[in-house]
Amino acid sequence: MNFFLETLVSGLSAGVMYSLVAIGFVLIYKASGVFNFAQGSMLLFASLTFVTLVEKGAPFGVALGTTALVMILGAILIERLVLRPLVNRDALTLFMATLGLSFVIEGLAQLLMGSDVHMLDLGIDDLPVSVGGLMISQFDLFASGAALALVAVLSIVFNKTRMGISLRAVADDTLAAQSIGIRLPAIWRIVWSVAGIVALAAGLIWGARQGVQYSLSLVTLKALPVLIIGGFSSIAGAIVGGLLVGATESLADIYIGPLVQGSVSTWFAYILAVVFLLVRPAGLFGDRAIERV
Amino acid sequence: MTVASQIADTPVRGVQRRAGLIGRPLVLITIGLVVAFVAIPLVATDYWLSSIIIPTIVMGLAGLGLNLLMGYAGLVSLGAAAFMSIGAFATYNLLLRLPVLPLPVVLVLAGLIAAAAGILFGLPSLRIKGFYLGASTLGAQFFFEWLFTNFKWFSNGSQSLTISAPRLAFLGWDLSAATGRYLLVAAVTALLILLAYAIVHSRVGREWMAIRDQDTAAAVIGIRIGRRKLLAYAISSFFCGIAGALWAFGYLGTADAHAFDLDKSFQVLFIVLIGGTATLFGSFFGAAFIVLTPILLDRIVLATSLTASADQGALANLQRIIFGVIIILLLIKEPDGLSSLLRRGLSGVRRRDTASRAPLG
Repeated sequence: MNFFLETLVSGLSAGVMYSLVAIGFVLIYKASGVFNFAQGSMLLFASLTFVTLVEKGAPFGVALGTTALVMILGAILIERLVLRPLVNRDALTLFMATLGLSFVIEGLAQLLMGSDVHMLDLGIDDLPVSVGGLMISQFDLFASGAALALVAVLSIVFNKTRMGISLRAVADDTLAAQSIGIRLPAIWRIVWSVAGIVALAAGLIWGARQGVQYSLSLVTLKALPVLIIGGFSSIAGAIVGGLLVGATESLADIYIGPLVQGSVSTWFAYILAVVFLLVRPAGLFGDRAIERV
Repeated sequence: MTVASQIADTPVRGVQRRAGLIGRPLVLITIGLVVAFVAIPLVATDYWLSSIIIPTIVMGLAGLGLNLLMGYAGLVSLGAAAFMSIGAFATYNLLLRLPVLPLPVVLVLAGLIAAAAGILFGLPSLRIKGFYLGASTLGAQFFFEWLFTNFKWFSNGSQSLTISAPRLAFLGWDLSAATGRYLLVAAVTALLILLAYAIVHSRVGREWMAIRDQDTAAAVIGIRIGRRKLLAYAISSFFCGIAGALWAFGYLGTADAHAFDLDKSFQVLFIVLIGGTATLFGSFFGAAFIVLTPILLDRIVLATSLTASADQGALANLQRIIFGVIIILLLIKEPDGLSSLLRRGLSGVRRRDTASRAPLG
């Protein structure tokens, strides 16, 4: 039983990291209807920038601030050069554009900062501590805490600030939002900036876990089933979906994996997502607005 | 003009129109066939055949398969390469385990197996539409890559998990040399283009377009939407499956499951979008772009002797950036793909109104 619980907990903590990535997607999807494939590349770019700055001797805070600035600058450029010319195009074209964008960002990241694996030390040990009889990694606890804090900040921003409310207005009804004077390009710039900063946070936590390297950009692929299960347009859904995917994935790996000779974690989440699509197409928390047949 | 004369006029115009429709393409098709089956095998070098022409045709065929699904039926697939891998592994196993079957039969069977998988992963389309469908086909992508890597039966117990064609021959001709492989690929593709043309201009093709443009209206006039959607997945996967077999044995020679990874799926998607959705030949322009761009970038790098000043990794990254920029630019500047660019160019020269027929491809 303890083994089961520990597998569950380690799955949940992987799920927290999926959630962190998925939140970035939800933000952009809500505000602009774009499924941003480049989220993973942004994560890679942010963590590479941060790690390079730290290795060059910048103090933690300076490196963090500079990277955040770089991500905001990137968001402004993306809005101006990619999103604005593609306004009103169908979702697939926008998706392909972000795919092209991910080539550019990954290429830039590795061209400017090399493709070596960087170790990232956030100063938290990956030692297990005992919580109520279960051994849980200290780092996982920290990551969960960071995710919670991030979500708390985001929900305060979205619910209390003027900017957050206009963002929700755009997500709700773009045309109505525009007609009361909300500037769409500005909202996009802000949303992509916030998504960039979320990517930074997720990148630091993932990077500390498995080293800052190219494979970080692949976490994008895990975000799609998370989003389908949780619903594309809900931050709470992203978190629950992430936890669900993380937990079922590691349980399936332990309990189904041996039956079929090997790890099932590459595809299990997708099959789960397809089941969800068939049973509950809008996801757990998504808007009913999703087009159904 | 009176109504009577209008009526009297119509059949005549119809006949002329039809004569024009059949007459001109017939000349074009003849020229195309002569070029494809006489001129190219005589003129092209082995390098051109093996590294440029064959991959362009095969990827174009995969693009055509996806285009039937995306362009005509309006459904999404992010896992075209999965169906290609099914075709490749099915061909390998059929050739190996049932050596009595001739190659064309094997290819058709492989296509049918891929089609069955297509129906299975197309099932969610009965309940949802739009981009969400991508998840199901993306699941196919990861599932089949895993299946063919983890179960050695599919690669006949090979340690390296690779498959190579046991024998490519048809009616006693050996097709292993570059020219033979080219002729195989070109002949199969020509037949499949014909099939695609027939499908698109048949009742099924029109019903697909009706579903794509207005599914509620399509249902009202009695189109069985669910069946047609599954048929679209089946036919698209059939084409992709055969393209996968050709990719593995006509182009690569030896392949493993990772030759059909997510990148390949996205490449096929790029081919459709860059070539132009709902066109039959656009996919081949898109494929030429996908195949030629990296080669051209390589050449440019060699010509400008940048190699001396930068390391290989940096060059690869530079290529990645340029490729991404070109994709974005094409999506912005040429919404209807390269084929519409070409069509505009042609109609500029010939002053022919092709735009009215454009939606039929």
